[in-house]
Amino acid sequence: MILTNIDSMPGRRIVQHLGLVQGSTIRAKHFGRDFAAGLKNIVGGELKGYTELLQESRAEATSRMVEQARALGANAVINVRFTTSSVAQGASEILAYGTAVLVE
Amino acid sequence: MSTEFLISIGIPILLIVIGRFVGSSIERHHYRSIVEREARFSGQPALSTKQSDAPDAVRSASLAIGSVVISVDHFKRFLSGFRMIVGGEVRSYSSLIERARREAVLRMKESQPNAHAYLNTRLETSTISSTSGNEGTGTIEVLAYGTAVHYDRAP
Repeated sequence: MILTNIDSMPGRRIVQHLGLVQGSTIRAKHFGRDFAAGLKNIVGGELKGYTELLQESRAEATSRMVEQARALGANAVINVRFTTSSVAQGASEILAYGTAVLVE
Repeated sequence: MSTEFLISIGIPILLIVIGRFVGSSIERHHYRSIVEREARFSGQPALSTKQSDAPDAVRSASLAIGSVVISVDHFKRFLSGFRMIVGGEVRSYSSLIERARREAVLRMKESQPNAHAYLNTRLETSTISSTSGNEGTGTIEVLAYGTAVHYDRAP
């Protein structure tokens, strides 16, 4: 499965559009990470625990999107977009969506 | 009574002082690393356009993603509190945003280090709120993503 975030597949021709596919996940931070981040907040800099948490969530959302595309018989997803929205305090939703296509 | 007063005043001041010195040293260190890594990727531009004007044919394309969560130190958070009263540009937060964006773009490039260019690079910023009230103020996540392309030519 090839992903791109432009509306074509460079070097390949799109044979068929199969429609919108999406994957999302809602994650809450866990207490230990929140505490460590609170300490790191004093001196600033990267909060590695959160970076990892969000990367994992994004990978999960992407793999759900890819699964949907595979079910449609696609071999690529173009024009992929990511959005993040906070659903509640301490929890955020990560959404990945794109257009499933068949390329030659 | 007076020791209680000292503790209640002293701890926030201590945190601000720690933030002032450790925070700015971390920031300097981070900027140095950003500049050094940006120099390494100077031949592989991240473009915000969907097409590149390179004459070569594209061999392969794939998604490149990079993200970072970064927060300001207590000293800058304290300064920005004053700024909120008088208004104007909050300079202490500008460096936070800049560092996060440059770092995210670098990580996107590092996820596909052999690509010739990164097309349609998008930057997305979101704030992170803490479960314990406003402690997460000044914490942002920046996501950079784009399409890494390899051309039909030697790297």
